[in-house]
Amino acid sequence: MGIETSCDETAASIVKNGKEIVSNVVASQIESHKRFGGVVPEIASRHHVEQITLVIEEALQLAEMEPHQLDAVAVTEGPGLVGALLIGVNAAKAFAFAHQLPLVGVHHIAGHIYANRLEQEMEFPLLALVISGGHTELIHMKEHGDFTVIGETRDDAAGEAYDKVARTLNLPYPGGPHIDRLAHASNDAVVFPRIWLEEGSYDFSFSGLKSSVLNYMHNAAQRGEHVAPESVAAGFQNSVVEVVTGKTMRAAEEYGVRQVIAAGGVAANKGLRHSLEIAFKEKEIPFYIPPLPLCTDNAAMIAAAGTVMYQKGLYGNMAMNGRPGMPLTSWI
Amino acid sequence: MIYLGIDTSNSPLAIALIEDGVVLIEETSNLKINHSLTAMPAIEEMMKKAKVLPADLTHIAVAEGPGSYTGVRIGLTIAKTLAWSLKIPLHPVSSLKVLAANGQGFDGLVCPIMDARRGTAFIGLYEGVSLEPVTADQHSDVKSFLLKAKELGLPILFTGVDVALHEALIIEILGEAAHFSGVQNRLPRASNLILLAQDTLESDVHHAVPEYRRITEAEANYNKAQEGQTL
Ligand SMILES: [Zn+2]
Repeated sequence: MGIETSCDETAASIVKNGKEIVSNVVASQIESHKRFGGVVPEIASRHHVEQITLVIEEALQLAEMEPHQLDAVAVTEGPGLVGALLIGVNAAKAFAFAHQLPLVGVHHIAGHIYANRLEQEMEFPLLALVISGGHTELIHMKEHGDFTVIGETRDDAAGEAYDKVARTLNLPYPGGPHIDRLAHASNDAVVFPRIWLEEGSYDFSFSGLKSSVLNYMHNAAQRGEHVAPESVAAGFQNSVVEVVTGKTMRAAEEYGVRQVIAAGGVAANKGLRHSLEIAFKEKEIPFYIPPLPLCTDNAAMIAAAGTVMYQKGLYGNMAMNGRPGMPLTSWI
Repeated sequence: MIYLGIDTSNSPLAIALIEDGVVLIEETSNLKINHSLTAMPAIEEMMKKAKVLPADLTHIAVAEGPGSYTGVRIGLTIAKTLAWSLKIPLHPVSSLKVLAANGQGFDGLVCPIMDARRGTAFIGLYEGVSLEPVTADQHSDVKSFLLKAKELGLPILFTGVDVALHEALIIEILGEAAHFSGVQNRLPRASNLILLAQDTLESDVHHAVPEYRRITEAEANYNKAQEGQTL
């Protein structure tokens, strides 16, 4: 069983052998946070307490399983919102204790990467692009449980930049899908800079791009010019897509990987997905991206990663705590 | 019948096991260590000492708040998940009433206090013998609560680890009517929690949530902004 409460989704799932989803329940709080224009941590924590046992029960019911049929309980230990994490962690501890099951603490990003294993067996060496509201990372894996972060964002996560740009375009929260949709409706994209950073770097930076968009809007407003939101959305998205695709491609070639996988909420973005698919097809490198419900936060991915940790004997204990700044470390 | 009691609603951690009206074990600490880290190991350890298995438990009692938001959530999450997992009843009890039980028998009123910063507290008033609530548990400005309490004209016993923070103000407002429990009686006791829980109806486990007694800051600001718009 997997349990995930690191941000604004309360989720529980049962996964067989780390590969096969038996049940996957996600209670989203998006509606509760919309009016605030973003996730309010205290409200997220309150909702997790309301939902947690309901979600775990539903996961068992949909699977038509009893707790004693489970081998272990995996839970997101970090990173994430501290108050949100510790609801999942304490529920997992209490559930594991009640049924005397082994407990496994999973890194949220490892979960996102292992979401792919629910669709497609992983082949190593592998490159993972994790791109979401909280993360933008390129991770090289030589084998199961081996993680080397070769690039990460130096400022905003891609999803954050999407939300901020969406706000300046008066689009509702969460902004990603709206920008994606508008971008597709445009055929004269504004040209914004591509932020490549220094030569050879796999790191990302989105705050400069975000500022360019804001400046552009501000200058147009001062001149009293009308700005077509489609053109701005398309320009912003083009810049993100080109840089992310370019760096992912270069890393895949440099590390000679046998597989490239994408994960995280922003990976579901149509523009980005399309660009990555075309690029890797040309280079004949197998590229996979899980379906939307497995890109966004879910507990099946935590169970999938947790299964490999369980097989390696990496158990946690009752002193497990939510770790908001947990680093991604290898399991070997 | 074995009750497990859990109170993590403020800085102290209080847990206990009561079997058929006999206190098997009770632990109270005030080390200000993160409950998320320590509550479950403490419960596991205590049950091991008492040779009680999870499956032996028949009831769970929990302090439902008010108190520290994170604290009450940890207690409630552990309690409801245990109760649901073991298919046994859950009995939430006001965490202020648990504190008030420290003063049970006092000829007057008992006032439990948990500090909530900026001159405010989670605070309540209970009848000293019956422990019936005289006012609802609330989040209040301490001074205005004390002024109202004074009008009742009864001696009041103050309890809770945070009483010390407000002692001067209490004496200034209530004078002779103010009484203070000894420091050994200011920590919540999970045995008291369980005894109160035995007279409390069980709650629907899935829908058991903390009694925060205060809306979130984001909601308060949002409501204020909405009011501004309609004026
Ligand atoms: Zn995520």
